[in-house]
Amino acid sequence: MKKYKWLVPTLYILFLMLPIYWLINMSFKTTTEIINTYSLWPREFTTENYVKIFTDSTWYMGYVNSITYTVFNTVISVAAALPAAYAFSRYKFLGDKHLFFWLLTNRMAPPAVFALPFFQFYSSVNLFDTHIAVALSHCLFNIPLAVWILEGFMSAVPKELDETAYVDGYSFNRFFFKIFIPTIAAGIGITMFFCFMFSWVELLLAKTLTATEAKPIAATMTRTASTSGYELGLLAAAGSLTIIPGAIVIYFVRNYIAKGFAMGRV
Amino acid sequence: MNKTINQKAWFFVVPVFVLVAFNAAIPLMTVVNYSFQETFGNNVFAWEGTRWFKQILLSERFHDALGRQIAFTFIILLIQIPLGIGIALTMPKKGWGVPVCLILMSMPLLIPWNVVGAMWNIFALPDIGFLGYSLNAIGFDFNFTQQPGDAWFTTILMDVWHWTSLVVLLSYAGLNSIQPAYYQAAEIDGASRWATFRYIELPKMKKVLTLAILLRFMDSFMIYTEPFVLTGGGPGNATAFLSIDLVKMALGQFDLGPAAAMSLIYFFIVLLVCWVFYSLMMKNEVKS
Repeated sequence: MKKYKWLVPTLYILFLMLPIYWLINMSFKTTTEIINTYSLWPREFTTENYVKIFTDSTWYMGYVNSITYTVFNTVISVAAALPAAYAFSRYKFLGDKHLFFWLLTNRMAPPAVFALPFFQFYSSVNLFDTHIAVALSHCLFNIPLAVWILEGFMSAVPKELDETAYVDGYSFNRFFFKIFIPTIAAGIGITMFFCFMFSWVELLLAKTLTATEAKPIAATMTRTASTSGYELGLLAAAGSLTIIPGAIVIYFVRNYIAKGFAMGRV
Repeated sequence: MNKTINQKAWFFVVPVFVLVAFNAAIPLMTVVNYSFQETFGNNVFAWEGTRWFKQILLSERFHDALGRQIAFTFIILLIQIPLGIGIALTMPKKGWGVPVCLILMSMPLLIPWNVVGAMWNIFALPDIGFLGYSLNAIGFDFNFTQQPGDAWFTTILMDVWHWTSLVVLLSYAGLNSIQPAYYQAAEIDGASRWATFRYIELPKMKKVLTLAILLRFMDSFMIYTEPFVLTGGGPGNATAFLSIDLVKMALGQFDLGPAAAMSLIYFFIVLLVCWVFYSLMMKNEVKS
């Protein structure tokens, strides 16, 4: 039985790759070929769909917008979560447990519940259709997550580290930035990975809060599908391209994923 | 770890508190506001008391959506958790296979949700999709845009495809934290493979598994984008889960009062289940 153990993950990965392959396969076909024939690989290989995306600004700006607010959100979430996670992991203070659970409840709030009020709220403060609005709204679920993961990593660092540093005459700021942050660098990496991931894949809020200036690529796709007929090839090409940023990010954190999951209790 | 009491720690929490409160409290209050009032546009409101809540709680539409939601969440948990554990157990523990498995398995997690829906739509179409075409070719009458059963099958398969990896990664991390000494002890005692799993691996994975169930419960209970793109809630209302039904009511029909009341009931259900889980998790943590 041990000999055939590799079969299970292999079959699973095959199952994961099939729909992705099909999407990429479609993206290299012409629209007529997609509609008229069923084929396992493109008969008339074309890169027309990709050329269209890279030359039409409504398409490629979608990617720029998505990446912009995702990066904003990752930076804001981690920067705000770092001191908070430190406080939760090191100190007891009035209402700490309630505050922690309250933070987590926001990770549990269905975005559908918040879509409409968000729209009204961000419109009233004149932030509608800006990158920062989407980045701030994604903080709703990313900050609680970031605090949760970072707190796990920080609690794994013995408190003696802090105490030794103070005995050695380090000020708090110097200790925090020179010693503590490098110690939990892996944890920060994992946290950024998760913030990036959840901000990148979310669509409901991003779509509700934008119109033209900050429209994410995912929304461009749904709108194009409804306005200019059903161009499956183009849609498939755009979809295939959205996989790339995620794949790059995974490649960078590959060594930390398993460890990060365990320590950071994600 | 024994923590020091320090009220000044609040200063560290202030940025997070402000950012989340800004995002959570204000919209939530808007929802609460709507849920008790009738609006005629132009910011004219009339007090309605608990009418919307009663209406929602007694409406068949809500019962149906909730029933579908519970069935969906239950089915995907039942498939994903055992499958995820199984795959994690058979994954390589060292060598080149580890990064390959981790990278490939994480892929579905990082694809935008509407792309997941679109991808499965293309994949399952009965005439040009690989899945739909193959199923029809071997004799099944498969068409997820017409038949509710097929729509359910496709939605569940899509969710299994999308999220099982999360359970795998979590279980794998849990398994990796087990010291080799435990396995050696089990071998000396002549424990069977099942006994090793039942008495060593499963208890060690308890923490991450609770977390996996919690995360999968929350996210599947909130599922919106993927089934919306895949089936649009159809055929009919067959796959209209809670979020889909809610958005239809709020943005489609602009019934703000009932939609707000439904949001609050919805949020309350999620909160209740998560609170139970969270308490269990914390209890376990204190014990260990």
